[in-house]
Amino acid sequence: MKPLSTVSGKAIPFGAKNIDTDIIIAAEWLKTITREGLGKGAFQSIRASDPDNVFDDPAYAGSPILIAGDNFGCGSSREHAAWAIGDMGIRVVIAPSYSDIFSGNAVKNGILPVVLPQSAIDRLMEVAREGDPIHVDLEAQTVTTEFQDRFAFEIDSFRKHCLLNGLDEVALTMERDQAIGAYETRRTTDQSWIMRGTAA
Amino acid sequence: MANKPRTLYEKIWDAHVVETRDDGTSLIYIDRHLVHEVTSPQAFDALRISGRKVRRPELTLAVPDHNLPTTARRDAKGARVPIADPQSAAQLEALERNAPDFGIRYIGDADDEQGIVHVVGPEQGFSLPGTTIVCGDSHTASHGGLGALAFGIGTSEVEHVLATQTLLLQQSKSMEVRVEGDLPPGVTAKDLILHIIGVIGAAGGTGHVIEYRGQVFEDMSVEQRLTVCNMSIEAGARAGLIAPDETVFRYLKGRPMAPKGADWDDAVAYWKTLHSDVGAVFAKSVVINAADIAPTVSWGTSPEDVVPISGSVPAPESFPDESKQAAAKKSLDYMGLTPGTPVAEIPIENIFIGSCTNSRIEDLRAASKVLEGRSKADNVRWAIVVPGSGLVKRQAEEEGLDKIFTDAGFEWREPGCSACLGMNPDKVPAGERCASTSNRNFVGRQGPGARTHLVSPAMAAAAAVKGRLTDVREL
Repeated sequence: MKPLSTVSGKAIPFGAKNIDTDIIIAAEWLKTITREGLGKGAFQSIRASDPDNVFDDPAYAGSPILIAGDNFGCGSSREHAAWAIGDMGIRVVIAPSYSDIFSGNAVKNGILPVVLPQSAIDRLMEVAREGDPIHVDLEAQTVTTEFQDRFAFEIDSFRKHCLLNGLDEVALTMERDQAIGAYETRRTTDQSWIMRGTAA
Repeated sequence: MANKPRTLYEKIWDAHVVETRDDGTSLIYIDRHLVHEVTSPQAFDALRISGRKVRRPELTLAVPDHNLPTTARRDAKGARVPIADPQSAAQLEALERNAPDFGIRYIGDADDEQGIVHVVGPEQGFSLPGTTIVCGDSHTASHGGLGALAFGIGTSEVEHVLATQTLLLQQSKSMEVRVEGDLPPGVTAKDLILHIIGVIGAAGGTGHVIEYRGQVFEDMSVEQRLTVCNMSIEAGARAGLIAPDETVFRYLKGRPMAPKGADWDDAVAYWKTLHSDVGAVFAKSVVINAADIAPTVSWGTSPEDVVPISGSVPAPESFPDESKQAAAKKSLDYMGLTPGTPVAEIPIENIFIGSCTNSRIEDLRAASKVLEGRSKADNVRWAIVVPGSGLVKRQAEEEGLDKIFTDAGFEWREPGCSACLGMNPDKVPAGERCASTSNRNFVGRQGPGARTHLVSPAMAAAAAVKGRLTDVREL
């Protein structure tokens, strides 16, 4: 996973609320057996129905930041949504809230889901619409603009650590093999029926 | 900790903590992992690339469901009918290869036990009360109907569980949805959960695990409980739970992968401890009056967009907040609806009875009861019934339900996710409406431009008969 510390650039002023993962990437695109190339399918229904959509607007082409609305990424657990957004070149999403599954998927793919209150989102939407840059600093946990806006955000320290260092969570957990083994031994002794699974 | 009253969620969580880290995240043991063809290929590939094994293959069960066509899978000679879409075929082949390569039990596309993962898990006794259950599918919440802590995960987490049998998680908060009183006649578990989502909203459960409490749930069959918990994710909740009781134990006893003999007694003794303690604290509590609920339908493109069948399409201005007004306006445009139209006047061209929400035997019985001796209306162009599993299909056929459906003009299909998600060949054409027993009415969910109205199985059958959304109680 690509480490992330600071991201600066234009932002896509999207802002819509309750954007589900079917909108981010439609089921038709889920037939792939790889993680690549999903950016061209991202936000397909919006691109098809609205000729003035922000995703095809050349003013925002190549923006590394997406500004979104409340409950972003709700619905399906498809990680393809995070892969698609990453494939568009987006490294940071800024929204008032996310679905639990989406924000987890984003972090695991080196995308930072910043949570800011609606008032901050409204201001950042204005800045983004003007094409002015936004600066995100994960170490400092701030979003700033060139107009003296400064918004601090919270992030759980483990997620921050993984993003800053581009860490593979599976490798980290595999280092805890002994603790997992001890738990399994206890389980097998006390509640062996749980551990039988398909072999019951 | 032993003295502090705990919620059911907290009890199951505590029993699965391998260790808690300094930063507050916990390594949680996963007891059951369901794998299907769509969200797993990249996870198995990652294991191969890094030379990792599946830690506990016997705790994983693989079955294809999302992408499979629901037409015949074998010809008269028993030969496989090829899947026309090469990408879909490749995904199925990948699962057929990955499961045996990693030592995982695999239920094949034409096996009797094949079906939608969330129907198969409980049916096989693989899903059990008090266990942690995950799957790369958000409707894993279904299994909470058995009293399991069950939730959807992304593909990176699928890989994490395969390799370590654990997940690194932040504990969610406990939320209570308490339903008081009894449901009026003709109102089902599906109507109840649609109503609940309408009350708490599509993000009302975010960061929480919902426990459904009240006599209504205690009186429900396991099938109905699975329907309720299934849609917890549509309220934004990580999972939904109903405390396990004798109804659940009776349902599970004797199922192929359920505990047997002395194990069974041990298991039941443990399961009986799984309920929220008196005095347990819920971070959020919502009370719903069951008597207020009518058969419920969705009008928009979010599962929170619901009205009773006696109601009308709402005007965007009727919503207090501005962004909801804008969303409602977009939804109405997409749905082709005019504010003020009585929902019972909305014509329907397509009917879908199926999905992990409503494809179990009781669902098919409820729909067939409405359809018996009746036919679909002339304006209903396409009506399909897709049983949740091969075993549900066989049971329905033994009861003669398939005949009732086909006599009424429905197609009787093979098990799978079908028209719930616009991925396999079962799609609703652009601009047409579908009365659907599934769980999501998102833009394009049932196919590009398709207009979904979420309903119960009985209401789907009633819509088929009348050719419009209809109050089933009037039939």
